[in-house]
Amino acid sequence: MRELTCIGCPLGCSLRVFEEDGNLRVEGNTCPRGETYAKNEVLCPKRTVTSTVAIRGGTVNRLSVRTQTDIPKDRIFACMEEIKAISVDAPVMIGDVVLPDVAGTGVALIATKNVPKE
Amino acid sequence: MKSHDLIIIGGGPAGLAAALSARRAGVQDVLILERDHVLGGILNQCIHNGFGLHTFKEELTGPEYAARFIAQVKEENIPYRLGATVISISREKLVTYVSREDGLVQVQAKALILAMGCRERPRGALNIPGSRPAGIFSAGTAQRLMNIEGYQVGKEVVILGSGDIGLIMARRMTLEGAKVKVVAELMPYSGGLKRNIVQCLDDFGIPLKLSHTVVEIHGKERLTGITLAQVDENRRPIAGTEEYYACDTLLLSVGLLPENELTRALDVTMSRVTNGPEVDDRLQTDCEGVFACGNVLHVHDLVDYVSEEAALAGKNAAAYILTQQTAGKTVPITADGGVRYTVPQKLDPENMADSVTIRFRVADVYRDRYICVYCNGERIRRIKKRVLAPGEMEQVILKKSELKQPLASIRICTEVE
Ligand SMILES: Cc1cc2nc3c(=O)[nH]c(=O)nc-3n(C[C@H](O)[C@H](O)[C@H](O)COP(=O)(O)OP(=O)(O)OC[C@H]3O[C@@H](n4cnc5c(N)ncnc54)[C@H](O)[C@@H]3O)c2cc1C
Ligand code: SF4
Repeated sequence: MRELTCIGCPLGCSLRVFEEDGNLRVEGNTCPRGETYAKNEVLCPKRTVTSTVAIRGGTVNRLSVRTQTDIPKDRIFACMEEIKAISVDAPVMIGDVVLPDVAGTGVALIATKNVPKE
Repeated sequence: MKSHDLIIIGGGPAGLAAALSARRAGVQDVLILERDHVLGGILNQCIHNGFGLHTFKEELTGPEYAARFIAQVKEENIPYRLGATVISISREKLVTYVSREDGLVQVQAKALILAMGCRERPRGALNIPGSRPAGIFSAGTAQRLMNIEGYQVGKEVVILGSGDIGLIMARRMTLEGAKVKVVAELMPYSGGLKRNIVQCLDDFGIPLKLSHTVVEIHGKERLTGITLAQVDENRRPIAGTEEYYACDTLLLSVGLLPENELTRALDVTMSRVTNGPEVDDRLQTDCEGVFACGNVLHVHDLVDYVSEEAALAGKNAAAYILTQQTAGKTVPITADGGVRYTVPQKLDPENMADSVTIRFRVADVYRDRYICVYCNGERIRRIKKRVLAPGEMEQVILKKSELKQPLASIRICTEVE
């Protein structure tokens, strides 16, 4: 059994997810969105990762980045390891690909800030 | 002396949206004054996602959200001065600013929009006994140090206050390799969004201790630890509940204050609840031609609402400049029964738009209540709410057609059954 808090709306229902003969049963949800949320959270939880990387020759020395889409939650720290290891050169525009495939997720890491050359 | 039709003080999301909307409403001569060396305000340091769901129907990070507005301001060729700190404004709309390039400058405006944002409650405002070693930061300062300057702020962290900035920083520091030991909250509920509690704390197993506060700070040069204690319903520490946490960093996320030093000189009515000026349904302060929007008016948790509010201020400032429309007679909007304040605080029933959005916050966490609107003592609205929380801004949209004329009073409150 897993306990979760639904983030679907401010009500924040406390959900309990039970696994029964390979099926998931959700309790505590007030509306169907809670059930969908709980099942996704148990089967394949995903998150967007945001951070910064070092940038050389720009007007600032940190470039903010994010994963282009959600990545599996259990890849977050692997993703952070790769983010910490890299640095880029200015200029960079929003949406520029910083890493094409971060931590083997098939998802790109993209810039979220425009950093012109110094 | 130079003069402009409209001067906007602050180039954060509020100032940018206000400028765009005023320009689109027909005011050519707009100037934005921003003290930072970039536009975008506090969004520049909010690198996490979750901005713009309402406005752009996608989840952007703070800098991306800001960039969309900055691009539009540039497209429309709206002039702005960076590194320009406004040091005084007057009721006659004389603006004085200083900048390295221009020195001390006075400019005359026909209308002003206040969009100076807010800043964090300083740590001096907190009554924590003990010395003041290094390693104690406000959460926003830590956010800037990490996200803009690229510093590693600390390794073992305790966070006091569960507002959104504190929660976001708990995740940020964890991802950077720090150990966030606990988030303590004085109140029996968190002031942050549920989504942030789940994705910033629960995801990483960081405990949230409600009704807890820091009672002692340890360490001489650098912080070595803090003592946490539970508090009773009067927020007084309970003896015997003290717990020691070793840490090198304490982040304080204890609230935001609208930045209204300039506004005070205008001698306008200020709200003691929001710490911002009181405004009418056009977001005009009681100094005619001076409008306010964004965090300088009241602290927002969603930037989308900041942009929306600012667009309204811009449109109304334009109407003031172009038509010399003067303020009519207003009726106060009373907030009670669990509603702490409303923005606007008053409304001009004759000249109001067809619909007016009233934003407000409640005083406590309430379950199964109704938000009610009374007009001349008669109830005209009753909206069922399963949950209301101080951390989430609420709104009702009042239609001109549903307000009784002549309008004598409006009251917004919460009611049980
Ligand atoms: C530290 C901090 C962190 C935040 N983090 C989040 C978050 O993670 N998520 C979220 O949704 N919201 C966050 N907020 C709330 C956020 O501020 C609002 O959503 C939004 O940015 C408010 O827009 P604004 O334009 O009103 O204010 P701001 O973005 O603060 O912009 C105000 C601008 O006015 C300028 N200014 C002020 N005084 C003067 C002057 N005298 N002369 C010239 N210029 C001046 C400032 O430099 C600034 O650029 C945060 C707020 C703070 C203070
Ligand atoms: S289950 Fe439905 S009602 Fe409950 S928090 Fe989720 S979305 Fe809201």
